[in-house]
Amino acid sequence: MTKAITVSGLHKSFGKTHALDGLDLDVETGEVHGFLGPNGAGKSTTIRVLLGLLRADAGAAQVLGRDPWADAVEVHRRIAYVPGDVTLWRNLSGGEVIDLYGRLHDGGRAKRVRQGGGGRRAGGLDTRRRAELVERFELDPTKKGRTYSKGNRQKVALVAAFASDVDLLILDEPTSGLDPLMEEVFQRCVEEERERGRTILLSSHILSEVEELCDRVSIIRKGRTVESGSLADLRHLTRTSVTAELAGPPNGLSHLPGVHDLAVQSIGRGQGRRVRLQVDTDKLDAVLRSLSESGVRSLTSTPPTLEELFLRHYQEKAAAR
Amino acid sequence: MTTLAVPRSGRQLAGTGTLLRFALRRDRVMIPIWVGVNALMVLSMPNTLKNLYDTPAERADLLHQVATNASFRALIGPVFDTDLGALTAWRGGVYAGALAAVMSLIIVVRHTRDEEESGRQELVASGMVGRRASLTAALLAAAVANAVLALLVAAGLAGQGATGALALGLGLAGVGMLFSTMAAILAQLTESARLARGLTAAVLGTAFVLRAAGDSATTDGSSVLTWLSPLGWLENLRPYADERWWVLLLFAAAVAVQAAMAYELAGRRDVGMSFLPTRPGPAMGRLGTAGALAWRLQRGSVYGWSIGFFLAGVVYGGLTEGVADLVGDNENAREIFQRMGGQSGITDAFLASMVGMLGLIAALYVVGSVLRLHGEETSMRAEPVLANAVGRLRWAGGHLMIAFTGAALIMLLAGLGFAVGYGKQLGPILGACLVQLPAVWVVGGLAVLLYGVLPRAAVAAWGVAGAVLLIGWVGPALDAPQAVLDVSPFGHLPKLPGGGMEWGPVLVLLGLAVVLTAAGLAGLRRRDMTT
Repeated sequence: MTKAITVSGLHKSFGKTHALDGLDLDVETGEVHGFLGPNGAGKSTTIRVLLGLLRADAGAAQVLGRDPWADAVEVHRRIAYVPGDVTLWRNLSGGEVIDLYGRLHDGGRAKRVRQGGGGRRAGGLDTRRRAELVERFELDPTKKGRTYSKGNRQKVALVAAFASDVDLLILDEPTSGLDPLMEEVFQRCVEEERERGRTILLSSHILSEVEELCDRVSIIRKGRTVESGSLADLRHLTRTSVTAELAGPPNGLSHLPGVHDLAVQSIGRGQGRRVRLQVDTDKLDAVLRSLSESGVRSLTSTPPTLEELFLRHYQEKAAAR
Repeated sequence: MTTLAVPRSGRQLAGTGTLLRFALRRDRVMIPIWVGVNALMVLSMPNTLKNLYDTPAERADLLHQVATNASFRALIGPVFDTDLGALTAWRGGVYAGALAAVMSLIIVVRHTRDEEESGRQELVASGMVGRRASLTAALLAAAVANAVLALLVAAGLAGQGATGALALGLGLAGVGMLFSTMAAILAQLTESARLARGLTAAVLGTAFVLRAAGDSATTDGSSVLTWLSPLGWLENLRPYADERWWVLLLFAAAVAVQAAMAYELAGRRDVGMSFLPTRPGPAMGRLGTAGALAWRLQRGSVYGWSIGFFLAGVVYGGLTEGVADLVGDNENAREIFQRMGGQSGITDAFLASMVGMLGLIAALYVVGSVLRLHGEETSMRAEPVLANAVGRLRWAGGHLMIAFTGAALIMLLAGLGFAVGYGKQLGPILGACLVQLPAVWVVGGLAVLLYGVLPRAAVAAWGVAGAVLLIGWVGPALDAPQAVLDVSPFGHLPKLPGGGMEWGPVLVLLGLAVVLTAAGLAGLRRRDMTT
């Protein structure tokens, strides 16, 4: 498989701030790649380097086999981008912006580029697909830019991106303003794009979103890549917090593999117990079996937050030394 | 748990003090510049006028000329007395009043509709802030600025007589406050700050035209048309000529009524909403190129400047004959015009100096137009455009095309206007207008250079345009040394019509404009986009 994006040892400083500190990133063609990191980790900076808006201080970046700084226009012809914070022109309607972005892919009806395979490639919008997306996202394309809410501005950019005929979609925290229903529409759109063989780089700070959609993820922190691989590879990083109220004392929980930070409390005067524990997500099944033997009255489980994940990741590294 | 005091419905002004301090802090550079430049202009008048009209005979002559020359009265207004104070109020009053009005409308719209449009108001309003606090703070900020202006003028002109100085100061503040409350009303009606500013400016323009029409019809400002205009009130306050203090009551009443209307409107609407709703746009767009987008974004401003320049040409062209007669009789005034407009017949010198004036103003257009690039970039609207198959040069080129050809367009229209108003000499006047362009483009080129190479300092281009304007306007009147006049590209232009065409400096300026623009674009290509 060829790579859609290869980045190695990327450095970028703004004054004294090192936004990128040797970042690596590999995105295979045709995959949905999660780009995870807490706020300020350098996700958006990386994306701006990939778009040729920023020039890296050191390191190499290739997008669709080209240098994004030197060949920006040629690269952009084959990618669509959705920023995390979409700003629109106050006096242009959403529909006008969608069509503008579509046509700008064409370089303004300019020369069309012949690709290696001989296929004709150009941007421009598929009008049927555009109409369908406008409907699915429940967007009113006649409203002027200044009257859209954050979520609706986001939808304008998403419709423009999903309706363009491109090879690579770069989405920078694209769901930050969407409600849960629209997030589902977004996820289905991503699935469809994957089926069409397009590559997607999805930046996010929400682990569950990435788990839902991505084939592989890269996790970055402070401008460096800390983990990269398929979700199965990273399963060891995900731990679920479980809190349960049991009818009786738990049995043998502490001996089960993958259980951490176990705490048991009595509730009231009877046999009831409250159990809190952390469990490696791939060992969840055995823990639930054991809990239900003691009679489960209530159960909550929460997926780990990204920050918890990082904390654990670093603690493990420190312990290993 | 801390207990938060909940504002009662009666506390509509809660937080006004904090918001006012915040507004004054945000405007700590803008207000002093506006007030300072305006006050300096007024305070420098006695000296300038003393040089122009020194002897009683000269002043009596001026009085006679103004009384008999309607176009001169339309331009500046009637003279009521011959002492320097009265002449200052005559020569500077209307223009200082207009400047105070522009300052006030900018302050008020900036702290009301601008805040709502950007969404910042929601955050502020969610704090301990009463419903009327923001509007009150904006009006108070404008009041502070106008009060300082009144104080400076009253104190600075006291040497010519304290009573007249006080009247002029209060009159200027009155005009300022009248337009700040007018802006407060219009900011309730429109959803866009730009439109609110434009409408208030249109009211100001109407006030100027009414006064001009009234003053050309009567010699003592008694026309109904003059009384319909706040700028006419200022003149009818008659500073230094038996002040009519009761005119100040007109200002006070108008300010009170307009403020009440603004509060009434503000109390009846939701935050961010307006009384004139935004019309929906097309569901399908036809914009297809970066250039078309640039035109779409800038066309309103190009139309506005075009109309303004054409009308200015018609007005000044129409005044040419009369003013040239008047000025021709005054040795000193003739000298100033000839310094600005060249050593030829006084009509040509007047035309040339007026065309030169418009050239200087066109420099403001070109800077504003070039800096649209900066606005697009810092508002993050450039980023998604550039993420499409649009190179930076193509993107910037669209805006620069409008900036540079737009400057040519408005100068051409000004020339046509002059020819219409003056009725002859179409060719020479058009030539005079077009010969301004190399200098205008040099200023534009400097703006491109600043934007491309030092994007953080891009707004300094306004400073460049301001300096050029100051040198061009004030330089000749003060008989500034050639070295100072030479700093401005406009100082090197041939004085047309009347003078001979000199290709040398024109070509050098053209070359300079090309080099500056190219250097700026090269910088833009190499640098990071602001994120």
